[in-house]
Amino acid sequence: MILGIVLLIWTVIPVYNMLLIALDPEEGEVEFSGNLWPPEPSLESFRVVLTQDARYLEHFWRQLGNSLYIGLSTMVLTVLIASLASFAVGRMRLGQGSPLTSAAVLTNASLITYAIPASFLIFPFHRIMHDYGLSNDPWAVIAAQVTFATPFAILTLRQYARLIPLELDDAARVDGASSAQVYRRVYLPLMTPALAVVATYALVLAWNDYLYQFVLLASEKHMTAAVMQAQLFDDADPPWNAMMAAAIIYALPPVAIFFALRRVMMAGLTSWWR
Amino acid sequence: MSGAQQVLAAGPSVSVKGRWQPPGHGRMHGPDVALAIAFVAPYAALFFAFAVYPIGYALWMGSKPSLYADLIADPLYLSSVLNTMLFVGVGVNVTMFLALLLSGFFMRPRWWIKALLVVYVLPWMLPAVQACISFRWMLAGEEALVDRALAVLIGVDGPIWFNHWWLALGANIVAYVWKWMPFWTVIFLAGRMAIPRDVSDAAAVDGAAGSRRFVHVTFPLLANLYLVCTLLSTVWTMGEFTTVYFVSGGAPVWSTEVLATLAFHYAFDAANPALGVAAVMSVLPLLVPVVIVLMRALQTRAVQL
Repeated sequence: MILGIVLLIWTVIPVYNMLLIALDPEEGEVEFSGNLWPPEPSLESFRVVLTQDARYLEHFWRQLGNSLYIGLSTMVLTVLIASLASFAVGRMRLGQGSPLTSAAVLTNASLITYAIPASFLIFPFHRIMHDYGLSNDPWAVIAAQVTFATPFAILTLRQYARLIPLELDDAARVDGASSAQVYRRVYLPLMTPALAVVATYALVLAWNDYLYQFVLLASEKHMTAAVMQAQLFDDADPPWNAMMAAAIIYALPPVAIFFALRRVMMAGLTSWWR
Repeated sequence: MSGAQQVLAAGPSVSVKGRWQPPGHGRMHGPDVALAIAFVAPYAALFFAFAVYPIGYALWMGSKPSLYADLIADPLYLSSVLNTMLFVGVGVNVTMFLALLLSGFFMRPRWWIKALLVVYVLPWMLPAVQACISFRWMLAGEEALVDRALAVLIGVDGPIWFNHWWLALGANIVAYVWKWMPFWTVIFLAGRMAIPRDVSDAAAVDGAAGSRRFVHVTFPLLANLYLVCTLLSTVWTMGEFTTVYFVSGGAPVWSTEVLATLAFHYAFDAANPALGVAAVMSVLPLLVPVVIVLMRALQTRAVQL
């Protein structure tokens, strides 16, 4: 019980700090004067954000849209590419008889992506995206994020797929289903919990990113919300309350998606257990 | 290590050609082979265009020996290496160990623990930049939350956190643990749930309870998963940028920079990308063994992710 309370406080404090600053009506200084709740909480700073009425926040909606575009594209592509690859290797027995194309190669090859951490690869990426004609293009960021998300996604999907008996595939095949149909009608529906986990993982990865969005997207037009928020470090007197309100709004989509997918994910976890 | 060797290393009993095929599991037909290749193709294309090529490019960028002489001559480089080791060594191990213990706590079938789990995973969902900014402003400034709380609760004035190397580094590590512990707790929770009920029931019948059950039953079953997660997390944390950049920002005076942030400053503030690449390439001798051990550990079937 005590552990529970400690955990709750530990988890909530930084979030509470954000709320405190966002709800404080005073302009300027970061205010906290001993009271646990601002004396006159106000939603003024949220109004300021929603109407784009503060410095830095003039294009907040467009920036949030850019972030969403990158996040959702990363999510969809990761799920698609990883599920196709894991199906081909795990269920179609690709490379049976020739060890060079076996499943171990795919797993190990994908791990090479992690041999050098993502933040280290930003320097070659910066140059390479220019060669690919993707400089200052959101797809450069999406490509990078999908690359970093798929290895973990394939790993997770392959682990989960072991729980689904191969006999189900065979039964469908006996009924005349092609491999593509087995993928769509058998594999994808049964893998839903694992796919939900992978989708959330990919979205959160893209949503957490700052470095790639900052380096690869130079123009004002493609700027994302995360990059905008980081700008205030160069500012002596930024509009704190509004920025914290914007931070809270930015944090909402992944939290919402998590709560939406929570039941599916938990169903996946408990089915493992039984 | 080539794929062929990997397969051979997996065990001499696996002879690929003479493998027994269950009835109905015949070899793939022509169209299926084409389809399977088509299914893997997107991933393969992605892998070569955005993983192999950049890694090769980075190796080429950082291949001039004179770059490494420049690095060694820079005192910031050595302190960044030290900070990276401390950040990874302390951050990863604390995160993993606490996550493992807490996953046991969250296994308990009580309604309030289930509700707490939903709140507890919140940091994983919160965007890193914003969370780190919040951490920074809990500590920086006279009216900051932590300082005020210290003054009100125990009546001491908090130190100026980002004026001390070890306090600033500690703040980075705490923020890192806060952000990433929930993710690994969920992974371990899934691992614990994958332990068949009869194993823990049998242990309970034999009278193993509490810490003895953990040491002799639960942990051996989770050991490989724990190893895999720790190694994966080590690789990811070695390149941690956001936490350090936004919580301490290198304060005081560059002394808490890690390799990722130092390389960033080299490449984009000092306009010397090759030096940035060299700085991060210099940890490859540490990273490559970690990845090799990781590949080995993943060969073991007992990973239950």
